[in-house]
Amino acid sequence: MTRDSMLFLGFIGIFVILNAILLVGGYLDMSWTSLGVITAAGLTVSLYSFLYRDNPLFKLAEHIFVGVAAAYIFGIYWYQSLYGEVVVRIFGIGDDPATMTQRLLLLVPSVLGLLILTRMSVKIGWLSRISFAFVVGVGAGFTIPRYISAFLLSQIEATIRPITMDVDGLNLLLILIGVVSVLVYFFFSVEHRGVVGGISKVGIWFLMISFGASFGYTIMARLSLLIGRIRFLLDDWLHVM
Amino acid sequence: MFLTRTLPTLLAFAFGAVAVLIYYIPHGVAQEIERELSLWLRILYAFAYFLGLYSILNLHWTRIQRRQGGWAYSGVAIASFLVMFLFVVYNDGAGPFAPQASAGGYQWMFTYIHVACSSTMFSMLAFYIASAAYRTFRARSSDAAILLVAAIILMVGRVPIGHAISDFFPEAVAWLMEVPNLAAKRGIILGVSLGAIATSLRIIFGIERSYLGGGDE
Repeated sequence: MTRDSMLFLGFIGIFVILNAILLVGGYLDMSWTSLGVITAAGLTVSLYSFLYRDNPLFKLAEHIFVGVAAAYIFGIYWYQSLYGEVVVRIFGIGDDPATMTQRLLLLVPSVLGLLILTRMSVKIGWLSRISFAFVVGVGAGFTIPRYISAFLLSQIEATIRPITMDVDGLNLLLILIGVVSVLVYFFFSVEHRGVVGGISKVGIWFLMISFGASFGYTIMARLSLLIGRIRFLLDDWLHVM
Repeated sequence: MFLTRTLPTLLAFAFGAVAVLIYYIPHGVAQEIERELSLWLRILYAFAYFLGLYSILNLHWTRIQRRQGGWAYSGVAIASFLVMFLFVVYNDGAGPFAPQASAGGYQWMFTYIHVACSSTMFSMLAFYIASAAYRTFRARSSDAAILLVAAIILMVGRVPIGHAISDFFPEAVAWLMEVPNLAAKRGIILGVSLGAIATSLRIIFGIERSYLGGGDE
């Protein structure tokens, strides 16, 4: 018997015994909620086993997650988009206020959507290009004015402001220096040597502070999730807290 | 050639130009067109999801057929998909042609499998981030030091113990976020925006056609 098999069987054995004790002890009952807690606990411990090394328990939990997640997203897209925005409107289900023109217009994205699915065929897969052209074209068209308005102009406007002789003014000056130096760092058409190299070095410092802040936030977010999972295992499952 | 390459390029130009123009037309009809195009995009994203679904199921099915290494796990993935799919379609007894139910097997699997697994997966990154931080610290460069000092100040300043130690930490975090972090983010946003606009223009004018894929057929 391989080490992986022993680990797998050992875990199953301990898990069954532990849950039997919890059921007999009255900490868990024969309800769907308790079954859910047991399932979630098993999957959580299986996934954490990856911290030891890649093993069958982790792979099993990982593939269960992949399958469930794929079907979950199917549910989201079906009920919210395809059923909620297409089927309900085209067939006038319930008290949908859509007019006949709006209903007929919905046939266009429906046909385009079906054309996307032709990608699965080698013979007629080229038809999907029409749908992709629509998605990419409209996406590009939406991007240009929105990025100009929401990002370019508003960010430049907020950066170039009158500098006053106080702390706020000093901060504004620092922001201006930071923005310019970061932009110089990302400007690869000129070799980063001499003055340009010095400015881009300042840009790197600003970027490092920003990445450090994002890094710190990420650690905090992940740790709070970790605390949540450990709390679940100790409190909801094992009832030792 | 016309149907496979020219027509899609013309369509991308036409729809792209319309999407740009309607933003600058302050008229009800333009706003209506914008809403309709946004709706169409949402519907097409839903259809595009089916391509991804087909791809992942086909991948696992092929593994099973060819008895590749770990094919049994592919069977588990397909089986768990089918179980969840049945609950999605069953919709707590209402069927697929009714609003989504907020209870039943679908919600049970979402709560006890999907939520549990996703939060566990993300929480595992805490360990790898700690390992990455250690490796960064070992790099001993000034850039790495700046990154770590900023991260430590932020973490200490955002938790109650930071307030208890000194008022410096929360104040330093506020300054860090509002001045150097804002400056760097703004620089990145400006760069990304210019890139996105340039790429969008290339798509609309048919210079960028990689989304059509290779080949003429």
